This record gives sequence, structure tokens and C-alpha cells, in this order.
Amino acid sequence: MKNLLILGAGSAGTMMANHLRRKLDKREWKMTIVDEATIHYYQPGFLFLPFGIYDEHEIQKSISDFIPSGVELIQESINKVDPETNTVLLENGTELPYDILIIASGCKPAPEETEGMKNGLWYKDVFDFYTFEGARALHDKLAEWEGGKLVVHISEMPIKCPVAPLEFAFLADDFLKHKGIRDKVEIVYVTPLGGAFTKPFASKKLGYLLEEKDIHIVTDFYIEKLDNENKKIVDYGGQEVDFDLLVTVPVNKGAEFIGRSGFGDELNYVPTDRNTLQTKVKDNIFAIGDATSLPASKAGSVAHFESEILTDNIIRYINGQELEPGFDGHANCFVETGNHKALLIDFNYDQEPVEGSFPIPGIGPMKLMEESMLNHMGKLGFKWIYWNVLMKGRAIPFIHPQMQMAGKKIPDKES
Amino acid sequence: MEKTINGNPVSVNEEGYLTDLKQWNKDIALEIAQEEGVGTLSPKHWEVIDYLQNQYRQNIPLTIRKIGSSGVTDIKEFYALFPGGPLKKASKIAGIPKPVSCI
Repeated sequence: MKNLLILGAGSAGTMMANHLRRKLDKREWKMTIVDEATIHYYQPGFLFLPFGIYDEHEIQKSISDFIPSGVELIQESINKVDPETNTVLLENGTELPYDILIIASGCKPAPEETEGMKNGLWYKDVFDFYTFEGARALHDKLAEWEGGKLVVHISEMPIKCPVAPLEFAFLADDFLKHKGIRDKVEIVYVTPLGGAFTKPFASKKLGYLLEEKDIHIVTDFYIEKLDNENKKIVDYGGQEVDFDLLVTVPVNKGAEFIGRSGFGDELNYVPTDRNTLQTKVKDNIFAIGDATSLPASKAGSVAHFESEILTDNIIRYINGQELEPGFDGHANCFVETGNHKALLIDFNYDQEPVEGSFPIPGIGPMKLMEESMLNHMGKLGFKWIYWNVLMKGRAIPFIHPQMQMAGKKIPDKES
Repeated sequence: MEKTINGNPVSVNEEGYLTDLKQWNKDIALEIAQEEGVGTLSPKHWEVIDYLQNQYRQNIPLTIRKIGSSGVTDIKEFYALFPGGPLKKASKIAGIPKPVSCI
């Protein structure tokens, strides 16, 4: 028997387990998936939890519910990978040999990376919302908050779901209006990048959103430390932003075992070929989703598209065929803008988000880069699709792993 | 769009970033550095520019942290070399794309 081992049973690992169990001969391939966690969170739901749009029960299920029969689930933490001997060592001392390894261990916020972030006002006046604990604590805080200066802050790119901080600011505006205290709140959006929107078409087309919602912006802010005593964040260039309530996206990092294994980059991401998803560590190690170093968005849709391409490439690898450079950086994301509306964006490594129709060219029914209630319904409806279609490794009709140019309106570059 | 920088015809995007690193040369860097208020370029500036270009050629996304831990410079010095948005300015001078998010 040969061994195919998957590290991480989040979105990417779970999809790979389901895809590959159907494709690989059970008499030839034993499949194992390792994750120390027992709960599978619907991570897009963390955005809605602070505002009470979702409750905590609807965004969590048991990891084991989604692992197909014929795949052994081991719930232990991982110590390290030894590419030399094709073995994974678990914290409990177990050694797992593999013929093929898939790293799908994601990334997570690391507030301890920033001086002062985690000691002091953490979960009192300083919150993250990309974790279940953070989103839940922030929900309780917002329920009792009477107003002041709300700072929404990104520590450093890359982060998972890069549009979520902006969505958070838009939804906060909406939430505070409904609460009747928007006039008592100043919302400031602080980013290490040059603007809230950084791509040319989005900057032109969507800049109005910040004005309309009276969200102030501080750009090129790269945090050095959080000053708990004076309630302000300070950047390396000397800029300071004070706050009453800070909603921060800490530095994101890959899993610690990747650092211990000695092949991660400085943030524990796995160096990976951007088209084939084979790692640069060794030929029989592949990586998918947030765990990779790819210049693609760290998002569920990316993991979904990658899972289809990686499944094909693993089969090719087993058959001794050349890998297909099939992944184009495709991402497809709903972006909540508040007031029951959302945008839809569809893009890849080379093509920035533009207007158009999706998923059927010229028909839609979704429109790209335009606010609509239909897109908002799409975002809410996606939770069902996630649990019932995606995590079971089934295809979504009309959705291709590669981005489609048909249906997109490309603006004149000279204008 | 086409533009002439310090006598060199180059293609740039609407924010003035070169769209093809192959068209870059040191004269171009010197003029962009002036425009960006960085001033004259020291040997350390050139070392950082060289590092950024190498990373870009290998498709490695750049972050301030990565540059700070590269051994070429540290974050404080990077800010001092390219004041006010160092990664954005250094990228422009190096002829590589601006750091961006998905929209």
C-alpha cells in the first residue's frame, strides 16, 4: 500500500480528501489526514459574527463530518516534516510515512508578532475578528459600545481574505447606523498599502464607498507597536493613530511545524510553484490554500479552484506524467458593502477585477464590481454551498477553476 | 502608456510604475528617486533595489517584514532610505509593480 498524507483538515485539506478518495484506488492508496482541531469553522462567517448577522452555532461543525470514509483522520498536532525520509512526525511521537504529502495547514493571525498587541488591551479594547474567539469577543464589545474612535487596521500583507477588513468597516458603518450611534463614531481604516483600493479599476470605481460611508483612511502605515497606555498604534515611520476601539488584523503566519521543518519562508509559508502547486521543497510534496507562498489571495475560493487543479496534478504525478501548470491565481469573492448589498469580484494573477457578468458570460445573473442585493444574497447563500457542495468535493455548476475572460468588460488602458 | 524617463522611452502604468522590468536602468531609477523625494541614491539604496528586483524575478511577493529580515537592511533603515511609504517608493524606483491587495 502507498500512503497519501494530508496535513490540515480545513477547507483545502477537506476538499483534497474528498476529491482524491474518489480518484485513488483504495487497494493501492491509503489516505490519512491530520489536524489537531476538532471543529471546522466556516471562516467567512467570522465577518458576520461581531454584528450578530450569524450566530456562533451556524458557522461550526465537526471536522470529522466532512472526512470521507476510507480516509483516516488523526487528531494530533504536527511536530515536523522530514522530506529526506518522507516522514511526518507528530507531537505524540508517531511517525507517519508518506509517498505523497499535501500541505494544507493554512495560516492564522499571530498577534504576538507585534509589540504590545497581545498584552494589555487585547479582547478589552483591541480585537481581531479572524478567529472564533476574537469575533465572539468583539460581538459582545460592540453590543455594549457607546461610541468613540473605531480603528480598523491591517498589520501586514499577506492576510487571509484580504477584502474582509474593508467589509468589516462597511458593515460596522451599517451596524452603528442601526444602533443609532453612527454620529458618535469616527471610523478610520489604517492600511500598510497605498490605499484602501490598490488596483487601478477598483480605485476609480469603488472609491465612492469610503466617502459615502464617511470612513477616513490612513495609508502606508506599517505598525511597529501598540501603545496600550496611550491607546494608539505607532508605525515605523513615526505615524500614530489613537483609538477607542481597535479592530486589527494581526500579522498572519503559516503553521509552526513548517518553520520547524526548515523549509518555510520568514512567515512559515511553503515555497510553491504558482501554477502546478508542487512545492519547491521536494517533488512529492504539494501545497494548497493559505499555506502556500503563492502571490494569490488567501481565500476559500482560491483553495477551491486549486483543489481541482491539484487533484489532476496528483493523478498526473502518480502516473509519471508532466504536471499541468493549470492554476492561474483565480479568486472569486463576494465583498459585503453594507445595507444588504455586496460586490462580486473575479480575478487572477494577471487580470485585475473589472465589470462584467458572472458566471454565465453576458447573462449573469450576478454582476461583477457592482453593488447589488443579489450579490449579498449570494454571499449569504454561499454558506449552504460551502457545507453541502464544496466541502464534499463536488463541483459548482458554471464555475471553472480557471478565470474566464468571456463576460468581462476590459476598460481601455489608455483612458 | 509610453513615457520618457531621463532620456529612456519606457512603458508605465497610470501611477508611473514601470510595466516591464527589462526596460529599467539606473538612470531611470535616479530620476524616479528624485520625483519621489528620495534624493540621491547611496550604495545601500542600490543594494535594496537589487534585492527587490531579484525577489520579483522569482515571483516572491514582497513585504516590509521580508525586506527587514533579508539581511540587506532592517525596517528602521528601510524607512530612513525611502521615507513615507518605503515599499511603494522603493518598488517604483526599482521598476517593479507596487504592492497591492486583491482590489
